[in-house]
Amino acid sequence: MSGSALLLQFLNGLAGASSLFLIAAGLSLIFGVSRIVNFAHGSLFMLGMYVCVWLAPKVGYWASVPLAAMLVALCGALIEVGLLRRIYKAPELLQLLATFALVLVIKDFALWAWGPEDLLGPRAPGLTGAVPIAGRQFPQYDLFLIAIGPAFFVLLHLLLTRTRFGILVRAATEDREMASALGVNQRGLFTAVFALGAALAGIGGALAIPREPANLEIDLAVVSDAFVVVVVGGMGSIPGAFLAALLIAEIKAFCIGLGYSELTLVAEFIVMAVVLIARPWGLLGRPIAELRGRDQADFRLAATKPMLAMLAVLALVPIATSGYALVLLTDVLVFVIFAVSLHLLLGPAGMVSFGHAAYFGLGAYGAGLLVLRYEAPMELALLAAPLLALTGAAVFGWLCVRLSGIYLAMLTLALAQIVWSVVYQWDSVTGGSNGLVGIWPAEWLASRPAYYFLALVVCALSVGALWRIVGSPFGQALRACRDSPLRSEAIGINVRAQQWAAFAIAGTFAGVAGSLYAFSKGSISPETLSVPRSVDALVMVLLGGVQTLVGPVLGAALFTWLEDSVSREVAYWRAGIGAVILLLVLALPYGIGGLLRKWSSR
Amino acid sequence: MLACARSTLATLEVKQLSAGYERARVLFNISLEARAGEAVALLGPNGAGKSTTLKAIMGLVSPTSGDIVFNGRALRGLEPYEIARLGLGYVPEDRRIFTDLTVAENIEVARQAPRAGASTWNEERLFKLFPALAALRDRRGGRMSGGEQQMLCIARTLAGNPSAVLLDEPSEGLAPLVVEQMARAILEIKRARVTIVLAEQSRHFAGRVADRTYVLDKGVIRSA
Repeated sequence: MSGSALLLQFLNGLAGASSLFLIAAGLSLIFGVSRIVNFAHGSLFMLGMYVCVWLAPKVGYWASVPLAAMLVALCGALIEVGLLRRIYKAPELLQLLATFALVLVIKDFALWAWGPEDLLGPRAPGLTGAVPIAGRQFPQYDLFLIAIGPAFFVLLHLLLTRTRFGILVRAATEDREMASALGVNQRGLFTAVFALGAALAGIGGALAIPREPANLEIDLAVVSDAFVVVVVGGMGSIPGAFLAALLIAEIKAFCIGLGYSELTLVAEFIVMAVVLIARPWGLLGRPIAELRGRDQADFRLAATKPMLAMLAVLALVPIATSGYALVLLTDVLVFVIFAVSLHLLLGPAGMVSFGHAAYFGLGAYGAGLLVLRYEAPMELALLAAPLLALTGAAVFGWLCVRLSGIYLAMLTLALAQIVWSVVYQWDSVTGGSNGLVGIWPAEWLASRPAYYFLALVVCALSVGALWRIVGSPFGQALRACRDSPLRSEAIGINVRAQQWAAFAIAGTFAGVAGSLYAFSKGSISPETLSVPRSVDALVMVLLGGVQTLVGPVLGAALFTWLEDSVSREVAYWRAGIGAVILLLVLALPYGIGGLLRKWSSR
Repeated sequence: MLACARSTLATLEVKQLSAGYERARVLFNISLEARAGEAVALLGPNGAGKSTTLKAIMGLVSPTSGDIVFNGRALRGLEPYEIARLGLGYVPEDRRIFTDLTVAENIEVARQAPRAGASTWNEERLFKLFPALAALRDRRGGRMSGGEQQMLCIARTLAGNPSAVLLDEPSEGLAPLVVEQMARAILEIKRARVTIVLAEQSRHFAGRVADRTYVLDKGVIRSA
């Protein structure tokens, strides 16, 4: 690579860094004062894009940028007042889910308002040309973007250090209770900070328009990039976000420039891994005080008999029907395994995983690849595929157990997004966006009832095994690590090793579910391991109740049935699911299991 | 008749207060009062419930029963910031200086408009009260000694121009010389007609600054 090409790649990286910084800074500011990781931040960026494309023909591109920022800020303020204010004291898992529900609602809103097609916006008037740099042409607009990042960095810095508002924001970031005891009204402060963060995302989106069209897929892509930046830079640190945005964007630019665009994700992953091992709180971050304890103890519903009765009833179903009900029930069984495996992490281990679909997907793709590429017999593939999930969970888990709380959740999401991207881009092996087709079960299992029985047996065995694991000394030790890591270490429990093992076990069972899923559908696509699939699992567990293992079983059944009926009947089903999640978070925080317990203890 | 007149004069009145954390009860029907301009000490050993009493008054711990009245206003159920804006200042035991913020910024966070009937503390007056802080104006809170932090913590609370302050063990862990400075500063604050409720373990320190003492033991007032 010549010197001039190197320089251009460097400049490209700087332009990308500006956009990354805008979004990560907003995310970081909001997290700083409210301790909420705003999953919907990418959606606000996306809104900024659409509003810009929508307004630009009416008022001109340059006027549309501040207008987009204002509208998105208003939207952010509404979200804070209408939703987040009610859940500041809720467990962080519920907060993440609530903001994810917003992702779904905003996506369907954009679909309804602007349609499914990508919308190409105008180019920036006055900056459409190119300047010669080192003998090559470099777009003027990209030069402008390069300047925007540092400009906003300076502005934010001045705002935070020179104004009363900024001083209050920094005080609340450090100790919001003390700030309150000194007379600082946090309500107004939180709303203002959320609006400011949203405005930054809106500007980021609007400024991205001359370079790429507004599209519905950008929200999760942007937010997971921002997560990586914030995790690397340190939560709540604006200079950290700036530094990390530069680092990540340059790495991306050079990987693409060298012609290894597939390497981008791997490089990003390695950088993140190195930073987190050396500095678990990010380059310029600091440990976050845990704000919330667990508010309800675990319980074991005396459900062995009802569960066995249910198993007996399920075994009799094929006598009554071999129609669609059987297909749906097979789905339910698959997702019961998936949800129960996630429950091990969420419940006893107390680790919020936002990327559990990665292991589900590894199981599915493992099965598909073994059958299609290596012509393995189906029975062997079904058994071996979970090992791929185990490997993935062992590698990712090793990294994740170094973190806790919100950092861990963000890392799991970023890792899952990397797996998704690899599968999505690696056409020659995974079939890319088309996925794999023709993954059929062996002949003796091909009929609907036969496959249903297989799923039933595997599900019963898996749930039984996890039930035993949760109740075993290992399960008890896991809970001890969750409730007091320090004391657990002091009595001789290796906390990281326990949590790592939990990751491996949970991943393996998710892989079992994935491999069962692949053979039941016959084809799989990258959607199998996408972030929404991870969130589905979280909703199943929460719907059922995280405090007991019966919860996810009920939750998975109800959710799968609901999704099946809703997505067939309703056009904007994503928003519907978002609404269900919001309802759940606001009205039923302990899930169905919590309700059952309340009733049974009366 | 006399008792009635006394209670209407009380700036801060705590009646039959019980409070605790989750299932652990800490305070059992505590009653105490501080009249305008008075300095009252709350004496007791570690774990007696002194800090919890102050936190409950400030709205940082929710009482399970009882009433708290400040200048005729019931405080129970108010947010800490609302209580602070009524003119009640709080100096926590662990100081809780904003370590990222400079001395001047720490003071700025707590600044409130001058209050009718209460002494007004601008930066100049605060630096006169604690001359050591003047030289540290742009020093970050995290890079100060324990004694300097304690001074800043009190100065910060005074910046809200409170009519009463709750001081949680201001002499704890300080060198004897600094303890002496602290006692003089508190007497100075008292002369400015700021009502003081002081939680203390040191009978000696309390005796120097307080007009009256309550003795708290295992969550119950033993003597007044």
